[in-house]
Amino acid sequence: MHASTVLLIEIGALLFGLGMLGRAGRRFGLSPIPLYLLAGLFFGRGGLVPLSASEDFIAIGAQIGVILLLVMLGLEYSADELVGNLRSAAPAGVLDMLLNALPGALFAVLLGWDLKAALVLAGITWVSSSGVIAKVLGDLGRLGNRETPVILSVLVIEDLAMAFYLPIATAVLAGVGLLGGLSTLAVAVVTVIAVLVVAIRYGGTISRFMSVKDPEALLLSVLGLTLFVAGVAAELKVSEAVGAFLVGIALSGPVAHHATEMLSPLRDLFAAVFFVFFGLSTDPADMPPVLLPALGLAVLTMLTKVATGYLAARRAGIALPGRLRAGLALTPRGEFSVVIAGLAVASGVEPKLAPLATAYVLITVVCGPMLARLADYAWFRNLIRRRMAARRPTTKPLPSAE
Amino acid sequence: MRVRVEQTPLPGIGVRHDLVTSSGRTVGVVSHRNGRRDLVLYDVDDPDSCLASIPLTDDEAEALADVLGASLMLSQLAGLRQQAAGLLTEQIALPAGSPFVGRRLGDTRARTRTSASIVAVLRDREVIPSPGPTFQFEANDVVVAVGTRDGLDGVTAILAGDTDG
Repeated sequence: MHASTVLLIEIGALLFGLGMLGRAGRRFGLSPIPLYLLAGLFFGRGGLVPLSASEDFIAIGAQIGVILLLVMLGLEYSADELVGNLRSAAPAGVLDMLLNALPGALFAVLLGWDLKAALVLAGITWVSSSGVIAKVLGDLGRLGNRETPVILSVLVIEDLAMAFYLPIATAVLAGVGLLGGLSTLAVAVVTVIAVLVVAIRYGGTISRFMSVKDPEALLLSVLGLTLFVAGVAAELKVSEAVGAFLVGIALSGPVAHHATEMLSPLRDLFAAVFFVFFGLSTDPADMPPVLLPALGLAVLTMLTKVATGYLAARRAGIALPGRLRAGLALTPRGEFSVVIAGLAVASGVEPKLAPLATAYVLITVVCGPMLARLADYAWFRNLIRRRMAARRPTTKPLPSAE
Repeated sequence: MRVRVEQTPLPGIGVRHDLVTSSGRTVGVVSHRNGRRDLVLYDVDDPDSCLASIPLTDDEAEALADVLGASLMLSQLAGLRQQAAGLLTEQIALPAGSPFVGRRLGDTRARTRTSASIVAVLRDREVIPSPGPTFQFEANDVVVAVGTRDGLDGVTAILAGDTDG
């Protein structure tokens, strides 16, 4: 058989299988991300059915997947939202970083890994999955809840912080040293701030270059601009993911709206390839030894996320049930953690990191949405109500309005 | 009374508007970027959470707004028409101590004195249209009268026995 025909057969079977998996997962209310990771493990080196001809294709597809994930994330926010939200949400963001990045870093040190690995693991445990959480909030009908803006602003801060974290991580993993790292950081900071300022002031002008009326031209120009900027950013060691994120932020108004609609199917396709690729690059034989540490880390950092949400919601004047809802909703880690782990894998740092990250993301992304649902069960609500009543024995229930 | 509508931005999703009704319930609308709206009702016990979140398409939201807004518009229009004609319709309950309980409508001489007409009487959920001068009032009757503001006030006073008939 021709290599190209084998490629078609492999890719076709893989995508079809992913589609079926995703469908089956949705029936149980499961995010497709863990299923794609598992599929990658299954087909990867050391997996049950290793793919032969399509590795290059999947590697490039995965790179495009990361870029599309981030440009879409950028498109979801306007620059005004990112910056306008900053002052009120910054304390929650700092708390989030301290409570979640530090345990990851400490855990890596505890395992005897080097500082590079600690930096990477800190990032992996820090960032919640915006995609999974937004979907869970929508599914549970909680978009109107008063704690939802608190959750969203934590996610916004995390995503913005990634624009600074990723270039640093990229630089450190590339081993550029202190001076080189500082200069990369400076380039990244200047780039990010410049793009934010340009997007706030001239977002409309940039968007006017792209016409909404011609969908084909819009698709090509937005995708082209994103890949181009991502490439330039990677060349500057700022990380292609950040470049794509910034393009997403710079586009605004109807252009952003239409671009979101058109890029969504592409993102779904290539993001799936990306998650599979990450699974592919992990040997399932490496998984069992890291399973227990991953479980411990997952339990620990899910607890710290609950604490983060709890405290952030308390600052916003939300009552106890809402604080717990906010905390439990923030627990899933997803695409960003995988992106960060992918960086580490590519640079060949600590070999156990990839299997640990895979197991960690698998655990949190499966447990997270279930934990978020916890707050809706009657027994849980009754428990909270009793706790609240016990805490304030003097307050009587208010007479009802009717 | 003006209604206070609070607006909360939802970064990445859209914006939420909510208001507290005079009955103490909180109702809100989550407007997504793509035009989808969710109608949300809040829990009385746990005001931070919504009890129900009902997704509406563009068209459904518009239809619902029409229904909710239309009754307000109609009543305003009716108010305008009343003003233009200078005529008002009012329901006046016959006071318990009215001197006309057990007497005939003609005895009130309401139309002559106020130029307002008694066009119907409501009794035990029944409508008695166009009562004649020989119609006899009973306790708990409600009189439907048409006239100017002054005329209607006059009828109210007569039925209460405030003017000497």
